[in-house]
Amino acid sequence: MNSLVCISKTPETTAKISFNDNNSQFDTEGVQFIMNPYDEWYALVRALEAKEQHGGEVTVINVGPASNDVVIRKALAIGADKAVRVDTEANDAFQVASEIANYAKTGNFDLIYLGKETIDYNGAELGAMIAELLDIAYISFASKMEVDGNVAKIERDIEGGIEVVEVQTPFVISAAKGLAEQRIPNMRGIMMAKRKPLEVVPSSSVQAKVSVKEYKLPEMKSGVKLVDPDNMDELVRLLSEEAKVI
Amino acid sequence: MHKKVAQDKYQHHDYYGIDALLTEDHLLARSAVREWVKKEVSPIIEDYSNRAACPTHLFKGLADIGAFGPSLPMEYGGGGMDEIAYGIIMQELERGDSGIRSMASVQGSLVMYPIYRYASEEQKQKYLPKLGSGEYIGCFGLTEPDHGSNPSGMITNIKDMGDHYLLNGSKMWITNSPLADIAVVWAKDEEGVIRGMVVEKDMPGFSAPEIHGKWSLRASITGELVFEDVKVPKENVFPDIKGLKGPLSCLSKARYGIAWGAIGAALDCYDSALRYSQEREQFGKPIGAFQLTQKKLAEMITEITKAQLLAWRLGSLANDSKATPAQISMAKRNNVDMALNIAREARQIHGGMGITNEYPVMRHMMNLETVLTYEGTHDIHLLITGMDVTGFNAFK
Repeated sequence: MNSLVCISKTPETTAKISFNDNNSQFDTEGVQFIMNPYDEWYALVRALEAKEQHGGEVTVINVGPASNDVVIRKALAIGADKAVRVDTEANDAFQVASEIANYAKTGNFDLIYLGKETIDYNGAELGAMIAELLDIAYISFASKMEVDGNVAKIERDIEGGIEVVEVQTPFVISAAKGLAEQRIPNMRGIMMAKRKPLEVVPSSSVQAKVSVKEYKLPEMKSGVKLVDPDNMDELVRLLSEEAKVI
Repeated sequence: MHKKVAQDKYQHHDYYGIDALLTEDHLLARSAVREWVKKEVSPIIEDYSNRAACPTHLFKGLADIGAFGPSLPMEYGGGGMDEIAYGIIMQELERGDSGIRSMASVQGSLVMYPIYRYASEEQKQKYLPKLGSGEYIGCFGLTEPDHGSNPSGMITNIKDMGDHYLLNGSKMWITNSPLADIAVVWAKDEEGVIRGMVVEKDMPGFSAPEIHGKWSLRASITGELVFEDVKVPKENVFPDIKGLKGPLSCLSKARYGIAWGAIGAALDCYDSALRYSQEREQFGKPIGAFQLTQKKLAEMITEITKAQLLAWRLGSLANDSKATPAQISMAKRNNVDMALNIAREARQIHGGMGITNEYPVMRHMMNLETVLTYEGTHDIHLLITGMDVTGFNAFK
């Protein structure tokens, strides 16, 4: 079973977020980056489990500049066999999906994995776009998968419950919590990763269709107000006038 | 009753952009160990430290991430990494807790390293893979009840009985000893020459009672080693090393790791103090807006930055096998003292909260009192530097 795992680079979850150029650019100064956790913890690890169970090869793919290599190496250190980086800035989902689909066409992949969303821009459309561009099935929000030959039985998280579906390979799967368990790379894996191939391929020059005009940060939350238990009138006034809940 | 554990919000601080001097492997190793510490150490460490209990389950995890002997060759159970990577791993572990770092330092630098360096090929094959994988826990016996800073005065001894040696004596302040499967022990032969050997836990006459009542490194187990007519097979004695330089070479490795490790404890204290100073308000503004708090924080990050540069340069020298024991002494002494001072200042910034286990600073502070003393005391390292620059021995 050959898998392609799409990995994205996102800011570390505790990073302080700010913008420049009239709030149209994310200010990366001093920001530490990580692999998108849904890609790393669930998509990549499930692909590695599938390889361990059924054989085959795990390839990771990222669309981005050379500064993304450290994240790609991490995927290799966790256990992927080889990596591909499409050498261009990632500007919108259509462009990234097109680049990945173009690469996927050159290989023989039974499964294409990615996280259910990216934790930075809440991107969740890539999987559907890749599937459409390749004309194959797309299973989103997968929290469990069993593979038997070329048939996969998958549990999907849906509102208030679980949907169980069956699908034939090849297909695209977006990974939710539960699909696998996080693996932290060990030192041996980090050293082995240096010897694994990281192929840099040129962009197929797909143009982005969407551009960002402005970012807005949420308004600061006000602090907690403590009301004396004897002062019920004040509590009622605050609930009515400030919180506007009664 | 279990208290809710505060989320570990630690972020790395790199004021001088020292990360630019590190390789991809170093950064990957750092992020991996940091993730492991956030996942496995931070949620439990206050509880174990509070109960003075050793989280023994972490030995397997430390082995799995490759924290035991990362700079030893892969074929002997190591990680095949360079000395800077080793330092970075120790820094991240100590960012969690000095006791956890000690568990790894001892296994890697004081047990695996001497076996790798001095033991026969047969001994290496017998012990190193099992130590690297965490199947065996090791400890290192040099210090004695009456011989701490003066190890050459040791009275633990071996007598040649023809087909084996007979080992007698005792060792004190031995990290991991009550749990250890094997001990690397240094003892004098009949000519008074220090020899190293591997003693296994089930050898008759060998016991390792635990030392209780520590107010420091409470999550790390410490004990004695007692040898009463222990029959040590001749093949367990290291063939190629005689004299104090054997144990001292191991201490150089461990001290090197401590020079990096202490920065981790300092960074954790600084990180917590900086965040607290931005959130805690008094007199209508964050306490970080007051000059006296800024003085503390500014001095902390200055000292941390100096220590980071010292460690990085020492690491570069170590990678070229050029780091001298005296250079390692200087870094160990400076960086541990720096960390302890920062822990104390950070405790003040946290006010009353600083004495509780809601924040890591007092735990680090208490741990660092040990780190200041073990592996060569603060004063002894000063005398090593003094001797190195003047040429005069002021030890006796």
